[in-house]
Amino acid sequence: MNSVILVSIIMTLVAASTPILLAALGELVVEKSGVLNLGVEGMMLTGAVAGFAVAFSTGSVALGLVASVIAGIATAMIFAVLTLSLTANQVATGLALTIFGVGASSLIGAGFVGRTIDRLGPLFPEVLASHPWLRALFGHDIIVYLSLALVLGVSVFLRRTRAGLILRAVGENDASAHAIGYPVIGIRYAAIAFGGALAGLGGAYFSLALTPMWADRLTAGRGWIALALVVFSAWKPGRLLLGAYLFGAVMTFELQAKAAGITWLAPEVLAMAPYLATILVLTMMSLGRKTGRLDAPACLGKPFSVS
Amino acid sequence: MTASPHDRTDTPPRLVLSGVSKSFPGVKANDDISFSVKPGEIHALLGENGAGKSTLVKVIYGVQQADSGSISWDGQPVSIPSPKAARRLGIGMVFQHFSLFDAMTVIENIALGLDEAVDREELKTRVAKVLQSYSLPLDPEREVHTLSVGERQRIEIVRCLLQKPRLLIMDEPTSVLTPQEVERLFETLRQIASEGCSILYISHKLHEIKALCDTATILRAGRVVATCDPQQETTRRMAELMIGAELRQIENTHSGRIGKRRLIVSGLTLPGEPPFGTSLRDISFEARAGEILGIAGVAGNGQAELLGALSGERLSAVPNAIMLDGKPVGSEGAGARRSAGLACVPEERNGHAAVPDFSLAENAILTARYRLPLAPRGFIRLAAVRRFAQAVIGRFDVRTTGPGSPARALSGGNLQKFIMGREIGQEPGVLVVSQPTWGVDAGAAAAIRQALVDLAAKGSAVVVISQDLDELLELADRLSVINEGRLSPPRPVAELAIDEIGLMMGGVHGAAQAEGAPLHA
Repeated sequence: MNSVILVSIIMTLVAASTPILLAALGELVVEKSGVLNLGVEGMMLTGAVAGFAVAFSTGSVALGLVASVIAGIATAMIFAVLTLSLTANQVATGLALTIFGVGASSLIGAGFVGRTIDRLGPLFPEVLASHPWLRALFGHDIIVYLSLALVLGVSVFLRRTRAGLILRAVGENDASAHAIGYPVIGIRYAAIAFGGALAGLGGAYFSLALTPMWADRLTAGRGWIALALVVFSAWKPGRLLLGAYLFGAVMTFELQAKAAGITWLAPEVLAMAPYLATILVLTMMSLGRKTGRLDAPACLGKPFSVS
Repeated sequence: MTASPHDRTDTPPRLVLSGVSKSFPGVKANDDISFSVKPGEIHALLGENGAGKSTLVKVIYGVQQADSGSISWDGQPVSIPSPKAARRLGIGMVFQHFSLFDAMTVIENIALGLDEAVDREELKTRVAKVLQSYSLPLDPEREVHTLSVGERQRIEIVRCLLQKPRLLIMDEPTSVLTPQEVERLFETLRQIASEGCSILYISHKLHEIKALCDTATILRAGRVVATCDPQQETTRRMAELMIGAELRQIENTHSGRIGKRRLIVSGLTLPGEPPFGTSLRDISFEARAGEILGIAGVAGNGQAELLGALSGERLSAVPNAIMLDGKPVGSEGAGARRSAGLACVPEERNGHAAVPDFSLAENAILTARYRLPLAPRGFIRLAAVRRFAQAVIGRFDVRTTGPGSPARALSGGNLQKFIMGREIGQEPGVLVVSQPTWGVDAGAAAAIRQALVDLAAKGSAVVVISQDLDELLELADRLSVINEGRLSPPRPVAELAIDEIGLMMGGVHGAAQAEGAPLHA
């Protein structure tokens, strides 16, 4: 009995964490290149609605996922052109992008409200995926495994590859990177596209895997959590994974507590718990390190133009 | 002028510039520039700030494109569209403001400067080899922000050397180095040149060019005014060619009229700010009306902290630690100290002494409002502010379009002149200034030094914190040395020998001498 509850908690936890993890991982790469894109929520929503629309029309969840990635990149490119090519303010443009994404997804999704599709199924065969307790490991869909692989991939990319080194260099000191001869703007375009792709995929996880139906503002502010996690994780993929899963865990706890009918704690306090716990834990992890301010990419949010 | 005596006409020049011109809106930065550099030659490019040296080397390194003229390399005409193309030819460059990444390690920074991907282990071996063959001390695994300026420069040099350059461009390499580091750099450069690599050495420091270079091309206002052999020319003659006027001698008129004690610092102790701050330990000195007190020392020994403690950016727990004209101000903030007549000019011009995006007039308000009626009752008197800024611009010969010009638009020397003028124009009782002529060309430096001397002559006490020993010996009446946050007792400059100061800067205090030194000369 106990193990059944535990397995179900793990399943909920992983599902709740994955979209945040994806979006945050994309934003981490964007910020490492020195760009602050506050439009994560907007990109998630356009990804979510594009994914749902395509999956609903074609009946293929796989095509829906591809569409969500393309939609995320397309939305990110609006931001990239405005901030990189036209050197618009990144904060204002990012906020506008979120507002745009909310509106665009409502408009496109208007005809789909309440419609349902077949949700994204587990990756592994029925035997493993439905096993009472093995399903905690093998019962997830492909996006979950992909997101974990991406954490490892991004971590290795940033720390161990030359391309990752150049990306970090662009975020640390764009003028120097330019002086050495690296294409600062081009690298940032690529990073923003990657961020858009993962945000779109994270958004689609809501509409294609978590709740396989369309509702307005489906992502419910998770894009903002992703943004905060990037900062609190000190721009480190490993901590990002921890932060995202911690957030998912406390959220699962909140759901369980509600289901169990706990009344001595106000539901509002429970709803706050995931946010508080995440901030608390990640802040405590950053304490006691004197070089804290060196974590942020030095050129984060600063516009760059070739003079 | 004279031709170079190194007439190695048998070897073709490595680099020839002919008729290179480059204009920016409103300025002709380079106008018909021609010169050539031979293999293994150390060639100086000499000129004041704004003479067009930096633009010229950017053209050679492919960062910028010339409007007209041609460049040839080993006798072949070439075009250099990008830094990458320059490096492919064999041109390496060490920038004045290093193109380094603070949060990364030395080895990562070196890897970033290479055009091809090199395996990490192989790169380590190659770096170790270069470090060893040029005896450069540098730890490849350290993060850059923990390194001294000299070590940072070595990263750039190693980065260039790994590409086996045939022309190395050094842009003002010594502007931030200590004398010891300069000597070390020169040894490295001589070794590099002896292996056949040409060096283009950009500087406005004449004695360095005399010590190092085979040939000097002198630029003024974007044009070549002379080519000479620095070994044969006097520094004075080169300086006059460079600034295009007779060099002014500083008239030291103030000596001998030393008055009352205006600033007394006693037992000032402040812990350093983490992570890299130096602690101030039991600092005591006094500065008297009519005198200039010099504080020498190698960078990072507490100069910035001392200036912060004197200006009031950091407060002392003991009010009596700093006495200004008999009043304890140790616990007063910067504004109160300014009102009382203690003006400070920090080392960093843009961002500390001035707000880069503010106009000169606005920058004038920021510090001058305490002593001048520029903003009574919180309202700015625009006409008075403009008049004050204009007066400073006129009196200190600040080259700018006017008081409305943003601070960032001024060259380093001109902004420094404006900042000094702004403080001196308030007639402070005590002026503390750090690195007053750092990165400033010879003409402006002379004007700034003269202004300091004149201020002291009028009865103010002047404290000059500087790493430029020549400057201190020229200006100061008494000199002390700061080392690891401790200040040696001031001694009259006339009694000091240079090597003695050098030892004190290195931390050898000579306790017996110091104790015996008279505090009141």
